[in-house]
Formats: sequence, C-alpha cells, structure tokens
Amino acid sequence: MTSQSTERSQAKSSPTGAGILDRPQDSETEPQEDRDTLVKMLHQMILIRRFEEKCAESYSLGKIGGFCHLYIGQEAVAVGAISVLRPDDYVLTSYREHGQAIAKGVSPQAVMAELYGKAGGCSRGKGGSMHLFDADLNFLGGHAIVGGQIPLATGVAFASKYRETDQVTLCFFGEAAVNQGAFHESLNMAQLWKLPCIYICENNMYGMGTSLERAMSFQNVALKSCAYELASEAVDGMDVLKMRAAVERAVKRAREESLPTLLEARTYRYMGHSMSDPGNYRTRAEIEKYQERDPIKVFTKTLKDRGLISDNDINEIEAQIKEEVDRAVKFADQSPLPDAQELYTDVYANPINPSE
Amino acid sequence: MRDALNLALKEELARDSSVFLMGEEVAQYQGAYKVTRGLLDEFGPKRVIDTPITELGFAGLGVGAAMAGLRPIIEFMTFNFSILATDQIINSAAKMRYMSGGQFKIPIVFRGPGGSAYQVSSQHSQALESWYAYFPGLKVVMPSTPADAKGLLKSAIRDDDPVIFIEQERMYGMKGEVPEDADFTIPLGAAEIKREGKDATIVARSLMVPVALQAAEQLEKEGISCEVIDPRTIRPLDIRTIVESVKKTNRAVVAEESHPFASVGAEISAEITEQAFDYLDAPVKRISGADVPMPYAKNLEQLAIPDVAHIVAAVKEVSYL
Repeated sequence: MTSQSTERSQAKSSPTGAGILDRPQDSETEPQEDRDTLVKMLHQMILIRRFEEKCAESYSLGKIGGFCHLYIGQEAVAVGAISVLRPDDYVLTSYREHGQAIAKGVSPQAVMAELYGKAGGCSRGKGGSMHLFDADLNFLGGHAIVGGQIPLATGVAFASKYRETDQVTLCFFGEAAVNQGAFHESLNMAQLWKLPCIYICENNMYGMGTSLERAMSFQNVALKSCAYELASEAVDGMDVLKMRAAVERAVKRAREESLPTLLEARTYRYMGHSMSDPGNYRTRAEIEKYQERDPIKVFTKTLKDRGLISDNDINEIEAQIKEEVDRAVKFADQSPLPDAQELYTDVYANPINPSE
Repeated sequence: MRDALNLALKEELARDSSVFLMGEEVAQYQGAYKVTRGLLDEFGPKRVIDTPITELGFAGLGVGAAMAGLRPIIEFMTFNFSILATDQIINSAAKMRYMSGGQFKIPIVFRGPGGSAYQVSSQHSQALESWYAYFPGLKVVMPSTPADAKGLLKSAIRDDDPVIFIEQERMYGMKGEVPEDADFTIPLGAAEIKREGKDATIVARSLMVPVALQAAEQLEKEGISCEVIDPRTIRPLDIRTIVESVKKTNRAVVAEESHPFASVGAEISAEITEQAFDYLDAPVKRISGADVPMPYAKNLEQLAIPDVAHIVAAVKEVSYL
C-alpha cells in the first residue's frame, strides 16, 4: 500500500478516471429494478418518515431525551444508497442516523428502545439517538462530532483492502462536515491509498442554523474532490432511483477497482436541526418549495405511473408501517431500563484492576 | 531503548498479521527517531505505512481499522502532534466500546516520544500523560527502562483496548539488558519497585525514574533509605503498590515532568492522602516541571525540568531534615 503520489503528481488527468464524472443524462429511464426491490425501497422510505414523526411525538412527550435529529425529507439518500449494498458492506454516519440504521436493517424496535434509553436498544441504552450501532449488521454508528466518522470510515475501508475482501464502506455526513479538516484529510488518504470508501455528503444546505452561503466559500461540494483527484458526482438526493444509480456506480468502482468516490446528494431537511430548533433562519415558503419535490411523493408517483403499485397497495404499506412503528414504541416502552450495574460495564474490553 | 522498542514492534508484527504500523516517516525514512528501523524491509509496505502529515486523519483511520478487526499501531512522530488527533483518540477510540454498548473493541496503540526533549522550545517539549489518563476507555503506559519498554509495548499491542504509549524522547539512547525471549511481556497495570528502601517513598515515572534513582543513591550516602516506585502504567494505576510502600516508609515524594496543575502527580498525591493519611509523618511532596511553557535557552530549560537536587531536597523536606 505505497504512495502513488510521486508518479502521479505531474499527471493532468488521473489514470483512474478520477475527477468529476459525466453523469448519465437525467432523462427518465425505466427503472431496472424488479418490483419487489422498488416496493421495498418505498416501504423503507415511508417507514423512516413515520418512524421519525413518531420520534417527534415521543420527544414532545419526554420519552426521548437529549438531542434528537430527524431525517424527514432526506429519506431517499439513505434508502437509495444502502439498497445497493451487500449485508457485509459497512455503513458509518453522523448523529442524524435513524434513517441509515433502519435502512441497514437495524429493527425499528431496537432503534426506538435506544432513543428511549432502554436496555433493549441497539446500543443497550448507552448511546442514544446519536450513537446507534449494530456490529452484526456492520452498521458502525452513529458519530456525533461533525466529520468524526469520515476518518473512521476511511479506516474501515482500509481494513477491507488490507484483508483483501471486496467489502465497501459507505460514509454519510452533512455538508457542514465538508468544512472540517477530517473530510479533507480522509479524502486525501482514500485516493492516495485507493480505499474502497464511498463518501456521501448529504447537502441539506444548513449546518444547524447556518446556511451554506454563510459557511462555505466555494459551495460545489462535488467539485472539491478535484483537490484529491477523486471521482465524484452530484446527485439529486430527492430522487431515490438517481441516488441508487449513482451509488451503484460508486460501489462498482469500489468493489472492483478499490477506488473511492465522493457523492454530493442534494437534499433538504424539513424539520429543525434538532428537536429544540424552531428553524427561524428559513421561511415556510422555502420548506414548501422542497416539499413539492418530496422524495416519497416523487417515488410513489414514479411507481404509480409505471403501473407497479396502486392506491390500494400504498394504503396497505401505510397500514403495515403503522403497525411496525406502534410495535417499536410498545417495545421501547416495555423494555427495561439498563441495570444500574451497567454504568461500569463496557469501558474496557480487557479491564485491568491493579488492586486485585 | 530504541532497539528494545524496535524489537517489540518486530516481534509483534511477526506474531500477528492483523498488526500494522502507520505514521509519519516510519517506513522509508526508517523512523524520525529510528525506532522503526528495518521494519519496512522486513514486513513490506502493506504493513509498515508512511502517512502524509495528517494526524487527525490517520489516527481516525486507525480507530476505524480497529473497529473492523485490525490491530493498528499508530506512531506520532512526537506526542506533541497527537494534540491534532485528540478528537479521534478521545471521542472515538476511548468511547466507542462504551457508547456502542460493548459491541466493539478498539485494539490500537498510539505511540511515540513525549515529555521534554532537548532545546526545542514550547511546542515540541511537553508531558501530555495527564490529558490522556483523564479519560476512561484509554490505558496509558510510560516505560523507564529498555526492558520495560519491550515488555510493556508487547502487552500494549496484544491488549484489546486503546493504549497511549509514551516513550521519553531523551531516553531513546538509554542502555539496559533486554530479554530476547519473544514471549517476554510485562503486564499492564503493574507498578515496579525499582529500588527498595525504608525511610521515604519516591514515586516517579518515565524520565524521572533514573533521576529518582540517582537521588536515592545520594540520599543513601547521607543515611536516608529511599524506595523508588515506577507505576509504569499510569491508567489503570497500581495505587496499591504505592500505598503499601508509603505505609512502610511513612513519607512520600512524587516526581514528574508534567506541569503541576491537575497532573498525574496530583492524583497520586490525593490517593496517598486518602488511602494512607494515618500513616503519613509529613504531607506528600510533589516535584513537577515548571508551570510555564518549555523555554528554549539551555539554562532556562534546565530550570524547568526536575533534577536530582530537587528530589533530594524534597525527601529531606518530608523527613524534616
């Protein structure tokens, strides 16, 4: 795994095809996926939406503590991207991660119980909303320092290459993380060492209450990859099929050629940064403008137009999801609090007590 | 000392293919302090990896690789540069196991030289162990002899938790017997009595151990018998060995290079006071580095680091002599 920099430093264009990629035309194309896959994706998107709505409700009831960052509006990004993965591929993400966790297969019960701070939670009540983990599903968190997961994901991809597996790693983060050094340091290492990591920037245009315009001198995130000769694409993050197609291309590149990619998913969050944010920094009209392109609305229409689902099917999906979410809440409610002794467990894998 | 560390790295790289070594100038340059000399030739560029100057990045990469099952050794050219990586060391490495409810172990070693160096002024000459020892989830190790360096580094690499392994920059040239046995290790969390005595206990670590031993020698000539204890592992701290010694000698001096405020020495002093108050014939005396950034000028630098005379005076003070 040696540096290629000396032989490549003079090259104007990368032999690996890095740089901004020509995207396939945006023309409407027939989805390649079978009906089951498409319906499953729609199901997941609606499940995440309803799950998050329930979180807002539970938060207001005081059942969820601390910070709670909702994913409503961005569902197409997680679902489209993760739908491409094999079960043994890895996902790492930020603190706005309920959607990615569910898309990776963590049960809504385990996620809700974690938000409730219960022993049945996916991190046994020790992580909360911002630190969901499931080692068995290769869902590696849930990281709450902006950009902190980017070097970690780079290391997970490093491990796959080191062990010569063909697993790929997806790393999600918001556009505000792009201003952190961790992002730039990671992209540099990933391209230098050809690591199979796919960096997915969810550009929802606000870092908490600060708009992109007020925070980023050059706002084209995808183009920033040029600084590292790394392949990148800007994707319509409100369109789950475009998201899926872009990640498919990136996964192929990662799996077959062990190359990283930066994807900028342009999306929008409807809710505040967290539950405590009233969102006074933007207008209702702006939110409504994006809601016209709501990812669930758009995808539902696509599937209906293609005759793949009916209103009846949708009602059925909604009914199933209501049951799933209710079950999650019931599980979380009934799950016991962590035992008081749990306070001192899991600090060390190999605890050493010199006094013994 | 550097050869002992080199041997430990070599043996552990040979023992376990999931161990890899990464850092600035560790491979082709053979290590800024030559601790990693020859390792690239022996283990190849897959396992001994030169990095860009990107401490936060490669520290985080190491933690991610550990989450995925590898056993990284991350070298900081000096621990001064680890300050750039503290987010990944503290927020990721130290806390990952806990906040995931025990789902991940992070078997990683962050190692490199630390403490005072020779005339490199404030940013390249400082003791940072108090920072790292503060955090549950981390283990902190500081060897004071070549044999300890080898045995402790091997244990650190084999340990399943993140270990901060601080080598004293001034001690790389130190000579000493080192067991060649590839199975030789020293357990973490075990202090060692470096010299037995009965009149006063001197607790010292890293560079302060040879200084304390010299002080003890000098005091012996004046009829004062000192016990010198090296905790070797700062976290978890083997306080029992220290307290047992104080119960015997009834007097304690704690010597360290750190700044005095909120230091490991302050912690040891508090523990002795809490656990052996009734045995003490005098208040615990702390000898620390000066409470100033490290100066460049040779005379000022000497004044900033505790020496034999400081320790001798401290032992006499707690002995009311």
